[in-house]
Amino acid sequence: MGTAILTIAAIALLAGLGLSVAKRRLPANDDDLVEQVNDLLPQTQCAQCGYPGCRPFAAAVVSGDAKINLCPPGGDATILRLADLLGREPLPLAVSVQPLVAFIDESRCIGCTHCRNACPVDAIVGAHQLMHTILSDECTGCELCVAPCPVDCIDMKPIT
Amino acid sequence: MSAPTYDLGKLHGGLRLSGNKSESTSQSIVEIPIPDQLILPLHQHVGDPAQPIVGIGARVLKGQLIAERPDGTLGAPVHASSSGQVIAIEPWPVVRRYGDSAPCIVIQCDGKDEAIPVAETPIDYRQLAAEDLLSTIVKGGIVGLGGAVFPTAQKLMQANSCDIDYLLLNGVECESYISCDDVLMRERAGEIVSGAQILMHALQISACFIAVESDKPEAIRALADVLAKIDDERVVLRQVPTVYPSGGEDQLVQLVTNREVPSGGLPSDVGCLVQNVATAAAIHDWIVNGQPLISRVTTVTGDGVAKPVNVRARFGTTVANIVGYAGGYTDRAEQLIIGGPMTGKSVSTDDVPLVKASNCILVLSEAPSPGPELPCIRCGDCAAVCPVQLLPQQLFWYACADNETKLREFGLTDCIECGCCDLVCPSNIPLTAEFRVAKGRMRELADEKARAARARQRFEARNQRLEREHADRNAELSEQKDTAKRAGPAAIAEILKRKQQSDKDSD
Repeated sequence: MGTAILTIAAIALLAGLGLSVAKRRLPANDDDLVEQVNDLLPQTQCAQCGYPGCRPFAAAVVSGDAKINLCPPGGDATILRLADLLGREPLPLAVSVQPLVAFIDESRCIGCTHCRNACPVDAIVGAHQLMHTILSDECTGCELCVAPCPVDCIDMKPIT
Repeated sequence: MSAPTYDLGKLHGGLRLSGNKSESTSQSIVEIPIPDQLILPLHQHVGDPAQPIVGIGARVLKGQLIAERPDGTLGAPVHASSSGQVIAIEPWPVVRRYGDSAPCIVIQCDGKDEAIPVAETPIDYRQLAAEDLLSTIVKGGIVGLGGAVFPTAQKLMQANSCDIDYLLLNGVECESYISCDDVLMRERAGEIVSGAQILMHALQISACFIAVESDKPEAIRALADVLAKIDDERVVLRQVPTVYPSGGEDQLVQLVTNREVPSGGLPSDVGCLVQNVATAAAIHDWIVNGQPLISRVTTVTGDGVAKPVNVRARFGTTVANIVGYAGGYTDRAEQLIIGGPMTGKSVSTDDVPLVKASNCILVLSEAPSPGPELPCIRCGDCAAVCPVQLLPQQLFWYACADNETKLREFGLTDCIECGCCDLVCPSNIPLTAEFRVAKGRMRELADEKARAARARQRFEARNQRLEREHADRNAELSEQKDTAKRAGPAAIAEILKRKQQSDKDSD
């Protein structure tokens, strides 16, 4: 009887230890890991990685579809942090960029609202037929507003 | 009369530095005349820059408000130091930690020094409620004159939300060469004590320690004389040992009250509020005489000036002008430092104006090179002298590796950048400079993270909004469809007929 209790207790202890080691060593599950990767990304939602936002890119990185060097706004720092988190080799950034902020030339703006609708973080204020402007504190520099502008009045300027 | 001695708390580490103060204390404070031009930076304090409220061409009077603190921000207003005309608001070289120039209001002085009229019967602060007194202090442009330039009124307001037991007036001035507080205590002890009484009234407390380093017997005597005369038992004079950096805010609290300010906390967390003695005098000038903060005492010293002296100069006077009144530069002058040798900042031009933070203008001959930087030998001397009880050698390790987690864990944010570790390091490692850079990187990273979190929040909010709009639209469409279905073919025919009719009318 005593031996049986001891054996069971020993097995339970070993299993517990094994589980705790596994929890520490292995990521709990893919969803958590995607969240962790997403936390390291700059959240510009610029889609320069080829995915429609930061979270989809995070999911692709975790599933192995995307390399970790596809995020230009994050730069080398983000690559190093991702490499560290995922235990992969750091890679050189595909293209290097400097942080930018969008700027609307207000004399040329015709108030078409196309850029406003394209902004992923609602950083453009404006109404139909009225001049638009950028909330530069909120602008992530993703450049998604540049292409839709019919009169080319949006410039990307380096952050000073 | 000598000051009574008390049991004091102990300061960990610290260094005994050579004072080099006697050169500048041999004569009394020299008044610098009004310069031709005053250059007044809008940002002379911790917080946000002040907003100019005068335009180019405006005539201003001495003591007139020329830039105000934007509502709801941390900051202090700026007043004109003399009368004259505003000729420009433009960037000018200034002393700052980052960047070399900042927007300044430039005033061409007319030499008349016409002051803005002061109310004939000065307000008696004892009749004012604490809040009213505080809101008066806000308008005086007063900031901490020990060098940290934190807006005094806001420091008091913050302290008023905590339980404060003691007001500490800091007359320690532990850094080498600087003696402006020493001579101020010798010459204006009465005003300092009066300032302490005003501060106690604003804080609604009744205990004040004036802490003075033991190497300033004249200042101690002057203060003791004043205290004996006014017989206010709430104010007590305390001598503290001559150790650098006993004048650091947290260090002084520890020394005088034997209470330790917690990591990341403020002296108000342990019931103390620290103000510099010069700040107390400035509060007296503003509350009793109606004179806002427009000038300060500063030490002009070092082996690069002919006659080291303490001067009272108006803010906006250029350093070049002030050095002229200290006998000018000697042939040996090589480097110009604004502030003390340990915590000051070197500047490349003497065109910079005197600002609220400038407690010392130090001109030195070329410093003997400390020798090349060598690898850390883990001797631990730096840990022995660190007044905050950090482990600089370990922090250096992590700073090189850019390991933010470990830097935080080892308390880098508590480093007061006193420079003691630099001085004792046998390998000549510029530890403090490394720590400053690492702190900057930590701040940047935190900013970046906050930005990303915000962008993410906005992105998610936008997606939710789009979804909601989409759902609303769908609901509306299906409702319309339902209505049409319910009305049946007869109603649809009716509508079509009306449409045809209106088309015909418009033709």
